[in-house]
Amino acid sequence: MKRVSIFFGILFLAAASFAQGYQVGDVAADFRLLNVDGKYVSMADYPDAKGFVVIFSCNHCPYVVAYEDRMIEIHNEFAPKGFPVIAINPNDPEVQPQDSYELMQVRANEKGFPFPYVFDDGQKIYPQYGATRTPHVYLLERVGGQLKVAFIGAIDDNYQDASQVSEKYLANAINALLDGKRPDPDFTRAIGCTIKVKRD
Amino acid sequence: MIKNYLIAIALLFSYLGFQGQIVAAENREIKMMSFDEFEPMLYQENDSIYIVNFWATWCAPCVREIPAFESLNEKYKDQKVKVLLVSLDFPNQLESRVIPFVERMNMKSEVLLLNDPNSNRWIPLVSEEWTGAIPATVIYSKDFRGFYEQEFHFEELEEIIKPLLN
Repeated sequence: MKRVSIFFGILFLAAASFAQGYQVGDVAADFRLLNVDGKYVSMADYPDAKGFVVIFSCNHCPYVVAYEDRMIEIHNEFAPKGFPVIAINPNDPEVQPQDSYELMQVRANEKGFPFPYVFDDGQKIYPQYGATRTPHVYLLERVGGQLKVAFIGAIDDNYQDASQVSEKYLANAINALLDGKRPDPDFTRAIGCTIKVKRD
Repeated sequence: MIKNYLIAIALLFSYLGFQGQIVAAENREIKMMSFDEFEPMLYQENDSIYIVNFWATWCAPCVREIPAFESLNEKYKDQKVKVLLVSLDFPNQLESRVIPFVERMNMKSEVLLLNDPNSNRWIPLVSEEWTGAIPATVIYSKDFRGFYEQEFHFEELEEIIKPLLN
């Protein structure tokens, strides 16, 4: 009996934690976060955008590093079409010093990021979105006056080798929106680094 | 008298020779598997309790909890508890990073490298609850299956294992 209650207890907790954050169709909150250039960025600063590619990202995670060039490509292709990338670092530098604001500036400079790379100071934004790893993509679409989540997940199906990708999940999702269609799939998973937050 | 002396020398040399073999064995070989090759290890049907941990050498919280898994492996190895440490390191770093790491940490648990870049396909096959972050651990036996997308302390692992031991 105890075993069964433990099992259900764990299942409930797992389900509860999994349910936190946005699902596809939810309205996404805006933010006002500090960019590497010293200025604050909000999605409201882009009144003409059709939507946003919000990517929870960081400096140190090898999975992010493997995707940085593709993040740049996504921005260069889709920002002119109304979908700019905004990268958000959700990590606590006290837990992971490599993800400090200063090192964000270094990385953005090194790679020549064409998109904002902002710092989730106080770690208030990522829990609202429900991001659990880096990189973690939330594709938002402007509907009426609101930003709705249209796709959650990974950029494509091969972190190791861009030339071996067979499904460009994110690009396909954005193109679907541009064609007036729904992304399919609208939810994918990928291996990533946990978000660095102080443990109780 | 001489016979004993010769036996002693023979034993000495075989001891030294044995040391040589141990050194060679210490240069660990870690198997690389696709998910399809690995999947049966998540569904073995016997009396053992399996602890399958997903980690990587570059993942700080993963590395921090390895001693807990090693202690568990050591403490319960005679009680049918099997620890399997599944590395998600990049396959081209198996020789340069993973093997040196395992040797340096003197890891005794079984280690393998999962090489299957289409993680969207297999993450839900490990657990529907898994969003993809590591460390993550599956603990299962004949009557129990749990999935944990979190970092573990030794006591927390023991708390889960103990009720499953007969």
